[in-house]
Amino acid sequence: MTHAPITTINDKQVGDGLYAVEARNLNIYYGNFLAVKNVSLPVVKKKISAIIGPSGCGKSTMLRAFNRMNDLVHTAHATGEVFFHGKNIYDRDVDPVEVRRHVGMVFQKPNPFPKSIFDNIVWGAKVNGFKGSKADFEQLVETSLRDAALWDEVKDKLHQSGLSLSGGQQQRLCIARTIAIRPDIILMDEPCSALDPIATLRIEELMRDLSENYTIIIVTHNMQQAARVSDFTAFFTMDEDRAGYLMEYGVTNQIFTNPREKTTEDYITGRFG
Amino acid sequence: MGNQDFPQDIQEPGTGMQFITNLPLRHRIGKIWVLFFQLAMVIGIAALAALILNIVNDSTGYMAYTAKIDPLDLTGGRPLESLTSEELNQILVENTTINRYKTIFKEKPLEEWSQPELLEAVVRDVVKLTVLKTWSFTESLKGIARLRQELIELKPKEGPDASFLYKTWITSRFLSSPQNSDPLLAGLKTAILGSLWIIGITLLFAIPIGIGAAIYLEEFANQELWINKLIQTNINNLAAVPSIIYGMLGLTIFVRWLGPITSGSVFGVGDPNVVNGRTIFSGGLTLGLLVLPIVIINSQEAIRAVPSSLRQAGYGLGATKLQTIWAHVLPNAIPGILTGTILALSRAFGETAPLIVVGVSTFITVDPSNVFSQFTSLPAQIYQWTAKPQDVWRNLAAAAIIALMVLLLALNALAIFLRNKYSKEY
Repeated sequence: MTHAPITTINDKQVGDGLYAVEARNLNIYYGNFLAVKNVSLPVVKKKISAIIGPSGCGKSTMLRAFNRMNDLVHTAHATGEVFFHGKNIYDRDVDPVEVRRHVGMVFQKPNPFPKSIFDNIVWGAKVNGFKGSKADFEQLVETSLRDAALWDEVKDKLHQSGLSLSGGQQQRLCIARTIAIRPDIILMDEPCSALDPIATLRIEELMRDLSENYTIIIVTHNMQQAARVSDFTAFFTMDEDRAGYLMEYGVTNQIFTNPREKTTEDYITGRFG
Repeated sequence: MGNQDFPQDIQEPGTGMQFITNLPLRHRIGKIWVLFFQLAMVIGIAALAALILNIVNDSTGYMAYTAKIDPLDLTGGRPLESLTSEELNQILVENTTINRYKTIFKEKPLEEWSQPELLEAVVRDVVKLTVLKTWSFTESLKGIARLRQELIELKPKEGPDASFLYKTWITSRFLSSPQNSDPLLAGLKTAILGSLWIIGITLLFAIPIGIGAAIYLEEFANQELWINKLIQTNINNLAAVPSIIYGMLGLTIFVRWLGPITSGSVFGVGDPNVVNGRTIFSGGLTLGLLVLPIVIINSQEAIRAVPSSLRQAGYGLGATKLQTIWAHVLPNAIPGILTGTILALSRAFGETAPLIVVGVSTFITVDPSNVFSQFTSLPAQIYQWTAKPQDVWRNLAAAAIIALMVLLLALNALAIFLRNKYSKEY
């Protein structure tokens, strides 16, 4: 049985017809275990795409394929292609460090560095060779924090530890830290799963604002969140060998109201997963 | 306590399960275990107290001696050690023949003599002091009369004329004098300096290599690979290898094979008295090998304890592996690494066996001046003193043990201070 994904995106929905990143026939293995099977997933530029699906279906693995974070697991390897700016990022001559500088990532648990708020933001810029005067760095910190809707809350305590903030503030600090290096794409791996509903709402609002300038891919367990925040939704599930694959991919509204696949409908209506 | 409010144990029909609360017995068992834990702690503290009391007890007490001239008569009751060089010289002038006085100062003139050297001359040529017996603090409580009886039974000839002096063996003179064959003049300076030099070499060798190996094993090596598993297992086993085996290793490699380097002769700075490479350099490297596995294992644990979320955050921002390690992994692992290094340092500082194998000097009076000097160390010095037949050396050994422990505590306190200082920054 083949799992040809049902992709219901047409050019009109894509808008100007550009994809920020596109996976083609991607397989990801951990040792001999096939975790993600033959996924072709084009991600639309400056939109929010959500990846949903039951636990263990390879959502996070898929997300990490977009910035080659899987490379950090010794046993992981990938076949297939992920095109970014016309280049397959899995080509031999591509440096994963370079990829990660253009494809930023926000993690499940807020993980600010145990440094000051200021240093949290400038560190990424510094390691990527951002040269500037003290004023340039201050400007970078302010714009990044403003873009992450955190400036008003922390502008008087930029030199306090990032860990002194609340969970929601820490997560917005992580977002600010990511946009400080001006990536094209921001990957978010269940960014709200450790947050309370109010902090979650603020992050979701922030994501909507950020999507004006950035392409966002979010993995979420929370289907309401995917429905609220995303423009496109990819539904992953797994086969009998526990290999995750893309079941259905389309405009969020259509996936949630009129899914083509029975499995998608069952998952969305809470019948499994 | 309103136990009747709780539902009584009910047996569900047909399940075959039965709950018996038996709460008093469970609490009783708990109390017995707590009692055992408390007992274990009391025994531990008692053992430590016994150790410390025993050492302190030996480090002070009465000494019986005979002297041609009682030093207290010479000085009008002041301890001989507290005299200035001029006063000591005056004693020599008054109490030696002109010929003898000339002989004493034949090799170097009076101006070049230090106070301890003059003191030595006075004790040797004027006082002509012989220690007959020493007693510990608790024995000294019996009083001079009883002690004199003991002495007469032991040494009927000298006993009746012996003088008694209450002596505390650990003095600033003791700490700052070089080694000497006369127990009253012997000091610890040579051994303390030797130990500090050795520990310096050990740390310079073991810390960078140990932390480097730990970083490689934790951050770069593929831990699934059989060769890395083998290396890891071997490091763990090496930490448990008896120290004397490291001594053999050091003797073969550093003293014999690398003798020209460790003795400094290839650099032209060697000490001609040194046989092969029996130098501080060899001793320090040997102890470095000894503590290397401990440093590696402790550093690995500290590095492993840094949450992987920090590494991921670093990589996610486009940092290279090294940038991430340098900026986030190491700073967060430093407190743990320091703690591990404290343990390693303490171990190295107290090690005796490997140094004896490598060739610690049995008797040197010259302070070590560089890494190519011959050496002795505090524990080796203590060992040699305890091996001597006269009991006065036992008192000196006790005093030296106190010095060793104080030095160890000071080094540990410094390391703990550094650790806390680093920890606070996060």
